[in-house]
Amino acid sequence: MIVELLQNQMVFSGLLALVVIGAILGGVSYATFFERKVSAWIQDRSGPNRVGFFALFRNFHFWGLGQPIADGGKFMWKEDMIPHHVDKPLFVIAPAISLIMSMIGFVIIPWGGLLDVDGKLMHVQVANPDIGLLYMLGIGSMGIYGVVLGGYASNNKYSMLGGMRSAAQVISYEIPMGLGILAVVLTCGEIRLESIVAGQAETGIWMAFRHPVAAFIVLVTLFAETNRLPFDLGETEQELVGGFHTEYSSMKFAMYFMGEYTHMITGSAVFAVLFLGGWDVLPFVSVPGFRLEDHGIISMLLKMGVMAGKVAFFIFFFMWVRWSLPRLRYDQLMRLAWKGLIPMSLGVLVVVVVGLYYQVHDKLWFTLAGNAIVAAVALIAVARSSTPITGRQANMPVTSSAGICGEEVVG
Amino acid sequence: MIEDKDIIQLHPPKLSSADKLYVSQIAAGMKVTLKHLLAKPCRSLQYPEQKREQRVDNYRGVHRLNRDPKGRVACVACFMCQTACPANCITIVGGEAPWDDREKYPVSFEIDELRCIYCGMCEYACPVDAIELTPIYEPVGRSREEMIYDKDKLLQIFDETVGTKKRKNPKITGYELTGDRSAQGEGTARIQQAEKENENK
Repeated sequence: MIVELLQNQMVFSGLLALVVIGAILGGVSYATFFERKVSAWIQDRSGPNRVGFFALFRNFHFWGLGQPIADGGKFMWKEDMIPHHVDKPLFVIAPAISLIMSMIGFVIIPWGGLLDVDGKLMHVQVANPDIGLLYMLGIGSMGIYGVVLGGYASNNKYSMLGGMRSAAQVISYEIPMGLGILAVVLTCGEIRLESIVAGQAETGIWMAFRHPVAAFIVLVTLFAETNRLPFDLGETEQELVGGFHTEYSSMKFAMYFMGEYTHMITGSAVFAVLFLGGWDVLPFVSVPGFRLEDHGIISMLLKMGVMAGKVAFFIFFFMWVRWSLPRLRYDQLMRLAWKGLIPMSLGVLVVVVVGLYYQVHDKLWFTLAGNAIVAAVALIAVARSSTPITGRQANMPVTSSAGICGEEVVG
Repeated sequence: MIEDKDIIQLHPPKLSSADKLYVSQIAAGMKVTLKHLLAKPCRSLQYPEQKREQRVDNYRGVHRLNRDPKGRVACVACFMCQTACPANCITIVGGEAPWDDREKYPVSFEIDELRCIYCGMCEYACPVDAIELTPIYEPVGRSREEMIYDKDKLLQIFDETVGTKKRKNPKITGYELTGDRSAQGEGTARIQQAEKENENK
C-alpha cells in the first residue's frame, strides 16, 4: 500500500517537498545563527552563546544553539507596525512575494538523483519540468518584486531609493548570469537540471572545470541576485537607513530576512547543480554510491548529504565574503556589471558557440582554452585601462584656490 | 590669501595593474579574515562565569562604613560626606556618642545606592576615613527601598570586604583610636609636619 503510494511521483514529490521545506526553513534559521557566529569569529568575538534549550541546565548553554528559536519568538511578539502613509495592500503583500518567490525556487533542484521504489525509479526532485532552468531564472527574477514593491509601498524616500537600486542592480546582473548559464546550457545541450547533473556525473567533469570563467561570473552575480554584500545596495544601512525594509517591523521584516536566506540556499543549490556536479561527490573519479546508476536509498541519502554539504559551503562562503569586503559604490556596481561581467560572459558565449559550430563544445581542452583566452583578454584590458572597474577612483580635478577665495579675502 | 604654490597636493599612490584587477586585493582581504576565523582569538570575557581581575585599590564601587579597631563604627557624624555628595544620596542622623573618645556618632547612616554616582567625593571628604568605596560593582535589589543601604548594611559590607581591601588609616586627623598610627601613609606624615611648623610659628 505504502509502496504503491510512493510509486506515485506526485505523492513522492509531496513528501520530498515537506522534507526539503522543513530542512530549508531549519537551515534558514540556523543560517542566521551561523551568520552571527561567523561575523563574531572574523571580528575576534565569541558570538551568541547564551541561549540554550532548557532552563533546566543553568550552566550549560548548548553553545547558544537555541538562539534562532529565541529570535523567532522575538519577531513573533514584536509590534507589527503599518505606518499611516503606506500603500497598505502592497505593503502587506510585498514581503510575502519576496519570501514565496525564494521558497518555490527549490522545487526543481535535483537533490539526489533517482530512487528505486520497488522497481520503479522515482525522481528525488519535487518537480522535473522540461523547462527547469528557465523556471529557476524566472522565479529568481520575480523575487525582486518583493523588494521593489516594498520600497515603493513604504512611501519613504529611503525605501524608494533602496527598491529602485535593487531593481536596477538585479536587472543589470541578470544579464551576465543568464549569459553564463547559457554557456552551460549550450555546452551540455540540456535545460533540465536533472540532465545537467547527470551529464556532469557521467563524465566526471564538472562544469566549473569546463567553464571556470562562466562559473566565476555566475558566482559573482549570485551575490547581486541575493542582495548580499558586497552588492546589498538595496539595504545600505549607512546611507539608506534600512533601504527597502526601513518601514517594516516584526514578522514582515522577518519574512524579508527569511526570503534573503532562502534565496541564498536555493541560489547555492542551483550553482552547485550547474557548476559543481550537483550530488556528485568528487570530480574526475567515479565513487561507488555516487554513480548515476546507483538508485538505492542509502545512495540517495548520501547524494542528498553531498548536495547539502555543497550548499552549506556556499552559505559559509557568502558569509565569509560579507564580513570581508566593503560594499561597492553604486557606480562601481554598475560599471562592474556592464563593463566587466557582461563583456566577459559574452566572450564565454562566443567561445561556446564557436565550439558548437566545429562540434568541439564538449571537449575539455577547447572550453578551457576558450575560457583562458577570455580571462586573459579581460585581465589585460582591465590592467591597461586608465579607470579601473572598481577600486580607487581617479583624482578629482583640484580647483585653483584663487578662483574660490577671490581678491576680497585679505590674508 | 593662499597662493597656488602654497597648496600641497596629495595624490594617492598610483594603482598597479594587480590593484586594478581588484581580484587579488579581494583574495588578500579574504585571507586575512579567514586567518581570524580559524584562529578565533576571542577577546570577550564570558561575564558571569569569568570576571575581570579586580582593581581593589582604586575601583569605585559600593560604599562601606569602616569599623575602628574596637569594632565600633568609625564615623563621627561630621556631615562632611553628606555636604560633599553631588548626588545628595547620603542621609546622616547624628547623635551624642555613647563612647568617651568622641562627641558624636551616626544614629542612622543611609546611602541611596541608586542615586549615587560613585564619584568617591565622600571618601575624599571624610576626615576620619570612615566611609570608603569598595570594589563591589554588582549590587542588586528587588526594590528601590532595598537599594537604600543603612548603617548595618554598610558595616556588613565592611566586614565582607575588609579581607580583600584593607582599611585605610586616617590621614588627615591624628585620630588615635580609629587606627594604627604606625602604619600611617605619606600624606599623614606631611600633614603632621605642617602642623608642627604651624606650632613653631
